[in-house]
Amino acid sequence: MYDFEFAKPGTIAEAAAALKGEGAQALGGGQTLLPTMKQRLAAPELLVSLSGIAEMQGVCVSDAGEVCIGGATTHATVAREAAAHYPALADLAGRIGDPAVRNRGTIGGSLANNDPSACYPAAALGSGARILTNTREIAADAFFEGMFATALEEGEIITEVRFPVPQVAAWAKFAQPASRFALVGVFVARFADGVRVAVTGASSDGVFRWTEAEAALGASFEAEALAPLSPPGGDMISDIHGSGDYRAHLVKVMAGRAVAAAG
Amino acid sequence: MTRVEMTVNGKPVSGEVEGRTLLVEFLRDRLRLTGTHVGCDTSQCGACVVHLDGAPVKACAALALDLQGADVVTIEGVAAPDGTLSPVQQAFNEHHGLQCGFCTPGMIMSATALLRDNPRPTEAEIRDYLEGNICRCTGYHNIVKAIMAASGQDVSAVAAE
Ligand SMILES: Cc1cc2nc3c(=O)[nH]c(=O)nc-3n(C[C@H](O)[C@H](O)[C@H](O)COP(=O)(O)OP(=O)(O)OC[C@H]3O[C@@H](n4cnc5c(N)ncnc54)[C@H](O)[C@@H]3O)c2cc1C
Ligand code: FES
Ligand code: FES
Repeated sequence: MYDFEFAKPGTIAEAAAALKGEGAQALGGGQTLLPTMKQRLAAPELLVSLSGIAEMQGVCVSDAGEVCIGGATTHATVAREAAAHYPALADLAGRIGDPAVRNRGTIGGSLANNDPSACYPAAALGSGARILTNTREIAADAFFEGMFATALEEGEIITEVRFPVPQVAAWAKFAQPASRFALVGVFVARFADGVRVAVTGASSDGVFRWTEAEAALGASFEAEALAPLSPPGGDMISDIHGSGDYRAHLVKVMAGRAVAAAG
Repeated sequence: MTRVEMTVNGKPVSGEVEGRTLLVEFLRDRLRLTGTHVGCDTSQCGACVVHLDGAPVKACAALALDLQGADVVTIEGVAAPDGTLSPVQQAFNEHHGLQCGFCTPGMIMSATALLRDNPRPTEAEIRDYLEGNICRCTGYHNIVKAIMAASGQDVSAVAAE
């Protein structure tokens, strides 16, 4: 890893100012960025740690009933503290990687990275979450722009994520046995005004909504409602862990399991 | 170089480090606490697990400078000061929970954290918690057995592997 300057501001405003500099990059839990830097695939000149910013930590419930998660909150904290408010979200956070990864990795880092196999993008898109940054608010539907690409501008910080809480929801993850990321993961959430189905791990465009399944489940929220559907089309990831056809098939299977678990 | 100060195994320590100095490098190269191992350096194997403010983390995936003022416990801090092994260490010894021993520091740190959160885990819970700890000698059965024994559960019916 190349050396760099290091800063650990105590407020969002200070972090945003530090990130304006040439070659500056945010550091969340470092569970993705540090390995990337070791491989010299990233070489920031200044790392701005977000872990000392108290206003970006923790889980709370807003007056509007949304579950609000600070951008630097670890997966372990979400698994613990969101359990009473949004069990499917807590379940998803509690099954990311392994305990040591969950004690460092953060929701902001996961969403900003938008790995095509990451878990949180499915929860954010599947819940219709709002992503708050230091400058604006971005709807999940407009946030994910393809593999490792998001609507974030250079130096923009995810400060908070707000999740509307559905009537019922569940997360079904088929873990890739070596990496523990999702080979395919499906987040299903039923709201008063419709069903959302978000799929990760499958498409080369990253997380996506399976709209045919949403329509079918909106009419009847039963796993059987998915039976007549053909698996989603599009450019599926195909690698040594599974072909595109296999992943497309898994999407349907995991969506069915999520619906059954949501009940 | 910047000065970092933290508490390691109950003692205040400090040293000059670069931005890129990893916690595991600070522990091993500066403090000479070489019990924390580097198996992969890619966050996969868990040989480097230490406790950071009480929670297990991979020391190869944390920067020393990010941990100013932190409280770190390594495998060297697990036994009592007089050398008496902790219940988890004692159980690994009794149940042959290690072969070459390379993964053992990380296994002990993860297992110790598990038993603090969940004093009587089931076998499935133990295997799930050790997801991020890889044993190259693949001695998982006895590791799981040792952890069950350390939690006070009867393992006499569990076959020796
Ligand atoms: C062994 C292992 C297993 C894993 N398994 C899974 C899994 O099953 N599912 C899964 O989803 N993930 C998994 N991960 C990834 C893990 O969840 C990471 O924590 C996460 O992807 C990145 O979060 P981080 O806080 O560590 O971010 P970092 O690594 O610090 O940063 C990642 C990127 O996000 C940027 N960034 C960080 N925080 C912010 C912010 N608040 N605002 C804007 N930009 C920001 C950084 O600049 C960087 O570009 C795994 C990782 C490991 C090492
Ligand atoms: S050396 Fe840190 S996880 Fe392998
Ligand atoms: S005992 Fe050899 S790696 Fe686990």
